[in-house]
This record gives sequence, C-alpha cells and structure tokens, in this order.
Amino acid sequence: MRFHGLSHHAATLCIVAALAAQPAAAKVISVSATTPDANEKLQEALILAEPGDTVQLGAGTWTLTDGLSLDVANVTLRGAGAGEGGSILDFTGQQGAGEGLLVTSDDVLLTEFAVLNTKGDGIKSKGADRIVYHKLRVEWTAGPKATNGAYGIYPVESTDVLIDSAYVRGASDAGIYVGQSKNIVVRDSVATENVAGIEIENSYDADVHDNVATKNTGGILVFDLPSLPMQGGHNVRVFENVVNDNSTPNFAPKGNIVASVPTGTGVLVMANRNVEIFDNVFDQNGTANVMIVGYRYEHKDPKYQPLPRAIVVRGNQHGKAGYAPQFPGGDQIAAAMGGGIPPILWDGAGDAIVLDPVGVLSLNLPDVKTPQSEAKPAPADLSKGAPPAALPAITLPESMEAKVK
Amino acid sequence: MKRVFAALAAALLCASGGAAGSLPGVDQALVESDAMPPKLSAFGLFRGNDPGQPATGVGYTLRAPLFSDYTDKQRFISIPAAKKAKVAADGSVEFPVGTVLVKSFGWADVNGGRAVETRLLIHRAAGWVALPYIWDADGKDATLALGGRRVPVTFKSPDGETHSIRYAVPNKNQCKECHSLNGAIVPIGPKARNFILDPAVSEKVRGLYFENPAALKPVMPQWDDPKAGSVETRARAYLDVNCAHCHNPAGSASNSGLFLRWTDDPTGVNYGIGKRPTAAGRGSGGMEFAIAPGDPDHSFLIYRLESTDPGIAMPEVGRSTVHKEGAALLRQWIAEMPKE
Repeated sequence: MRFHGLSHHAATLCIVAALAAQPAAAKVISVSATTPDANEKLQEALILAEPGDTVQLGAGTWTLTDGLSLDVANVTLRGAGAGEGGSILDFTGQQGAGEGLLVTSDDVLLTEFAVLNTKGDGIKSKGADRIVYHKLRVEWTAGPKATNGAYGIYPVESTDVLIDSAYVRGASDAGIYVGQSKNIVVRDSVATENVAGIEIENSYDADVHDNVATKNTGGILVFDLPSLPMQGGHNVRVFENVVNDNSTPNFAPKGNIVASVPTGTGVLVMANRNVEIFDNVFDQNGTANVMIVGYRYEHKDPKYQPLPRAIVVRGNQHGKAGYAPQFPGGDQIAAAMGGGIPPILWDGAGDAIVLDPVGVLSLNLPDVKTPQSEAKPAPADLSKGAPPAALPAITLPESMEAKVK
Repeated sequence: MKRVFAALAAALLCASGGAAGSLPGVDQALVESDAMPPKLSAFGLFRGNDPGQPATGVGYTLRAPLFSDYTDKQRFISIPAAKKAKVAADGSVEFPVGTVLVKSFGWADVNGGRAVETRLLIHRAAGWVALPYIWDADGKDATLALGGRRVPVTFKSPDGETHSIRYAVPNKNQCKECHSLNGAIVPIGPKARNFILDPAVSEKVRGLYFENPAALKPVMPQWDDPKAGSVETRARAYLDVNCAHCHNPAGSASNSGLFLRWTDDPTGVNYGIGKRPTAAGRGSGGMEFAIAPGDPDHSFLIYRLESTDPGIAMPEVGRSTVHKEGAALLRQWIAEMPKE
C-alpha cells in the first residue's frame, strides 16, 4: 500500500522498529491512551496496520466513545495487561456501534487488555478465522444489570477459534459466547456473574475445558436454535471445568433464549447431538448440576432438530445441587421429593447416557410440543445404553497455539 | 436536490463533446491507484472544490435512501471515459474499474447548507475502497478521516424539531460494515430496483454511461409517497435500503438469520415475522418477536429503530437520531398485519 502524505497521521502513531523475529515488513504501531483524539488515532492505527503488524496499546485508561474495528488479517492487538495498570478500554461513555471492538479479518491475536462497560457486546469477531483471544478481561464493572451488554467475548461465523485465559463478568446474555462456528477451544478462562457463563451455540466441534464458571445464572450452555444460517450443533466436549455456585438471579432481557435459563444451572444442553460432559467439578447449583432438554418453543423451521441426542455425562464430581430448583413447578417437585431434586435433570426428550453415580430426574416430556405443565417427574436410570464413540480432542492450527505459548 | 441536478446538467453541457467520463479535472490515475490522498481535492472530482458542482459524471437519487440523521445527500457517479456500467440480470449494477460513487452529506440549516462530509466509493482493480472525507472549517477542501470523527451539529428535522447531535462520520471500516457482501465492499444504493438517474440527463448521455440504461427500471416505490405504493411495499422498500445491506445471508448481520431484502419472502420467519431474538441482547426490549403481527408495540424491530442507545439501536452505525417518519411507516405496516 502507498499512502500519499499521511505523515501527519504517522507522526501521532509513533512507528517503532520492527522486531527481528517478524517478517521484515512487520512493524509495531504504538498508540498512547493519552493522545488527544485517542479514539480516532487508535481506530486509524487499526485501519493502517498491515498484515504482520502489531498495534500496541499503551497502559492506562482509554476513554472511548465509539466502537473500534479491525479488518486487516494477521494483526496483533496487544496491550500492557488486562488488570489494573494495564490497558483499559473504557466504553462507559459509548455513543455508537454495537460493540466495543469488532474484528472481521482472519489470523488476529487479541491479548493483554481489558474492555469495560460497553453498551452492546464487548468484543465481537465475525467471519474471523483462526482468531485468538488471550489474556483479556471484558467486564461490566457494576456487576449483573439488565442494562449491561449482551455478550462479553463473541466470536461468530468463524472456523478455528481459541479463547484462552479470559475473564468475563456481568454480561446480560453470555460472558463467552461462540456462535455458528467450527473447531473451537475455550479454556483456562473465568466467567462470573453473567447470565450464561460460557455458551456454545449452533456450533460444531468444541472443547470447553479447565474453565471456572461461577456465580452466573447458568454456568456452561450448549444450545442449538432454529431459523439460523448454521444449525445442527454437535460434537461438543465440556470437561475438567469447575462449575459452582451459579446462583445469580437471571437478569437477561426477556425474549432472549437465555432469559429462560433457571437460576442455579450448572451445565445446560439444549437440542444438540454428541455432547460429552465429563470430569467436571460441580457444586452449589441450586436447580441442577447438569440439565438436558429439548427446544420447547414454537418454531417454523422444518430443518430444525429440537431434541438433545447422544449426550454423555460421566466422571463428574457432584457437590450439592437441586436444593432450590427455579423452573416452573420445581419447588413442588422438590417438596414432594423431600426438599430437593437430583443433580441431573432431563426433560425426557431425546436421549442421554448418564454414568455418574447420582440421581437423574426426568420430567417425562418426550414430545417437545407437550407443555411443561404436564410434566410427570420421576427418577430415571440413564446408565444402561451403550455410549457413542468418544469424541476426538479438538486440534487447532499450530499458528494459533504458537501465539499463546 | 434540484440545485444539484442543475449543476450536473451544466457540468454535462460543458462537456460539450458529450463523451462520458473524465474531464481533465479528474485524476483518473490517482483514482485507480492504491492511494488514500489526505485531501479530497486531489481527485479533482468537483469544480472549484464545491461538492455541489461535480466536474464530471451523472447525478442520481434513490427511491428509498439510507437514513443518515436527516442529512441531504448529493450523489453522483464518475465513470472513466470510454467505459460503461452495466445492469446485470439480477438488477445489480456492474460499474467498471475507475468508477467513483460520490456522496456528500449536509443539512440545509448547517454551515449555510454546505456539505459536512463527502464519502467516496472507488472501484479499483483490487475491489471497492471506501474513503470518508470531512470538509474543513473554511469549506475549501475536505480532509481524509480514516478513523472517523464525531461532528457536533444542530439542525431541524422536517417536522420542525431541533436536534443537537454529535453526528458520526463513519470510519473506513464502518463504511465496509454496511457496504459488505461476503467480506468485500460493494455499493448499496445503486441497484436497478432503487436507482434513478438524473432525469435532466438525456437518453444519449445515459447511453454513454450505461450499456443498457433501459434496464434501470426502479420497481421499488418511493418510500414516503403514499400514492406510489401500498404501505407494505413502501415498508419493504425502506427495509431493503435501511436494513438489508447487513441483513442478508452474505452481509454483516448474516448470523442473525433476519433477512430483509426486497427479494426475500416477506411472510417468512426469516423476515422477522414471529422470529425470536438471536443475539439481540437488550435490543429485544423484553419482547419475544422481531415482528409481532398487528402489534408494533411488541415488535422489537420497532423498538430498535426508535432507540438511539448503542446497545439497542439499529442500524448499529450511521444514526444518532430516530427516523420518525421511517419508524411510523413500519409501525403502520405491522399494525395492519392480521394478528396470528
């Protein structure tokens, strides 16, 4: 690219020498939080960056009024840290754009910064293959509020997605939400005080592991919804996570599917196939540690498959659960069962294998058109069938793993 | 707008030979290079650098324009000499490399009616490029604003209400958010169904710019003229231009499953009828459906159009005020739908 007379822009961006390890052309474009017109200068840097470049965010609090966007492939956006003293992108006074940062190019690394108090979503990436989110914080600092933005970290319509070591708090929908994507890893992250901590929706081939999902309304959700371009969610492994104390009252705006998630849900699988939930540590989830349900809303999508199928639950540790079930009629069922329900709840639709040595409560509603009011709750034994072949681990391109080493 | 057409007609008369394309003023080599010149004047698109006086090209209007905070828009196309645009079978317009779509934005009661910004959409060999320019305080030239900018303005809308807003000139990426199809930049407005060439331009001149000018038959009604079409067709024209540039299967909102093109089935769930929110967040306003037939107050499509909160408002960019007249048309359309 040739830029005519952009020296007045370049002067404010302070282009420093390229790192020896990078291709000769790669450069680091440093932008300071205290630059006048920092919002415009940072956006300009993200536009003028070329493949291979790093845009380096200075430390300090960035007071931003307009959403940022990146549309150049193979660019790194790097800050000075996601915690105090790091690079804090503060959108409290945001006036425009549906998110704080939007990425629409491939092979991007976002690392070591925080995005606070966006009006809509925190960081969204769309059609951005091989994106890496690493050591980031996305937070609504006043905690759970219905006026918070919907998603914290929001990759959608992408192949190869890595979310590693992120912290997300306060999202009024899902803290970490991966939608309509393929080949996904979410690991070593913390999701707290969101409606949904981590959600994998209408996606194929995902590993969600070594995360902490705590104090959300629901910890980890695996969903499939109708009338979307990509559906038929399958092959999702949820393992070795700590999913505890998901007790925050649901604060999602009504109408959104997560507004129906009962407070006190650990892992919730809705209308997917081949989902494995294993080796997790569950505790203090008042409705259920694991819930497996069909999509029970009216829809007009003949291609949509509303049943959960081939769901496997094994090897999990179950602490206290089911002591305050928050779905309609749950309190009566609990009372009838002596004050609580078993840690695993199934609506009776589709099929699942549960090998954990704990009780399963079925609502015995195999037809998703039957209203929940006709539930016939009874203990169920789901340990007898032959489990489907174990899913393979997700492998990401080496170029992505190299970025977080 | 008449003033613009007059100016264009004058400009065309000056090009007495009648040859389409560039006067010496337009730096066609610059247009077709990779350059992003810091000053708009470098392109030579205007006479005396007055955005009301194109140096070349042909003006156009749209049956339904994209709402941009009540700005008046002056639009023209510069097509290089000896090249022609072609209307494709699907009604899209194929512009040759070297084409510039020029759109200037302003208000009659701001800066004496001078344009505040001019956006260029340039067709280069590698594809379309969007460049936003903001007019300097002295009005003599405009400066590239790749990173976008907010410009404080106060203006009156047609109903007499005064608005004081921080008008958002989009950054280069935001231009693409709307002008995006399968990740590449494309023009939005100039489609045969919506496109009206300056009526002052003769058939002969049209033939110099278009291979098949007769194919420019706008089928969409004038969105705000009740005599031009039914409420439904005018509402669909409005949705096509104001929403469908993102809300189509290859656009920025492809993941929403809400598709609002003129050509989409207006009775289907993907047109919003009975469609539940996907990733709307608080854009749902606590409502269950984008469009609840017969009930605009419980249709969150209306809720989002009538909001200016960035976490709620649609479209996501390009609007700091509510388009009351547009929202009123859509309200009427939904109110008149039979309840299910």
